[in-house]
Amino acid sequence: MSSFLFWVFALMTLIFGAAVVINRNPVASALSLVVSFLGLAALFMSLNAYFVGIIQVLVYAGAVMVLFLFIIMLLNLQAEERRRINWLAAAGGIAVAVILLIEIFLTIGRFEAARQTFPSLSESTTDDVRSIGAALFRNYNLPFQIVGVLVLVATIGVVLLSKREPR
Amino acid sequence: MVTLGDYLLVSGILFSIGFAGVMLRRNLIIILMSLELMLNAANLSLVAFSRFRVDSSGLPNYNAQVFVFFIITVAAAEVAVGLAILVALYRVRQTTDVKDIRQLRF
Repeated sequence: MSSFLFWVFALMTLIFGAAVVINRNPVASALSLVVSFLGLAALFMSLNAYFVGIIQVLVYAGAVMVLFLFIIMLLNLQAEERRRINWLAAAGGIAVAVILLIEIFLTIGRFEAARQTFPSLSESTTDDVRSIGAALFRNYNLPFQIVGVLVLVATIGVVLLSKREPR
Repeated sequence: MVTLGDYLLVSGILFSIGFAGVMLRRNLIIILMSLELMLNAANLSLVAFSRFRVDSSGLPNYNAQVFVFFIITVAAAEVAVGLAILVALYRVRQTTDVKDIRQLRF
């Protein structure tokens, strides 16, 4: 993947990610999140992780986004009215985020391997679904089953939480 | 050429954006979306490291991608539970603003 396409998709991911935080209307935030995740899926594809990219589009841009939009429409959330901003708390939040960003910059700057380009792959890397499946069911069989139990518990929990209490 | 550091940089900036969203916004739905941004930033750096560690047979390190698969599964479950809690809260309080939910606050 050329560096031009990398920067296009990286900027798409970052700009729409920032739009999620900046937008006042929840529907606009959710749609920005979709575009940000699509850019991220393109970045995954550029790293030869085709399976992860497809899963990203299916799960996030598909299922999770439908869930978010459904809840926003169900609760009929409007754009927030402007409240008086607590400037001290806002400045504190921005300061902590900026300090975190500076620390990440410094760490990557000192990381020797970060200046290297990616090594080339052998030709047969397009069947990464097979390789991930083999790793998942051979080396990570127990975690896979535990995740299955976790999803079951989450499903039961959601049903219990959204059940209306009889009065 | 694109280096490993470029991907890590994008991942770090995305994580900071999500973190700022959690710190600054007061709408619970936006806070959940910012959490998703942070989880995806972690996924991006995991996939970048997976592509960087090519073994002797010329394949990327698939352990990281299996980990990303687990993260996506857990994140989907987390969003479902979080939104169910949000709906239950909205039924009682008619609000999604964290400033209006102060019963447990000291």
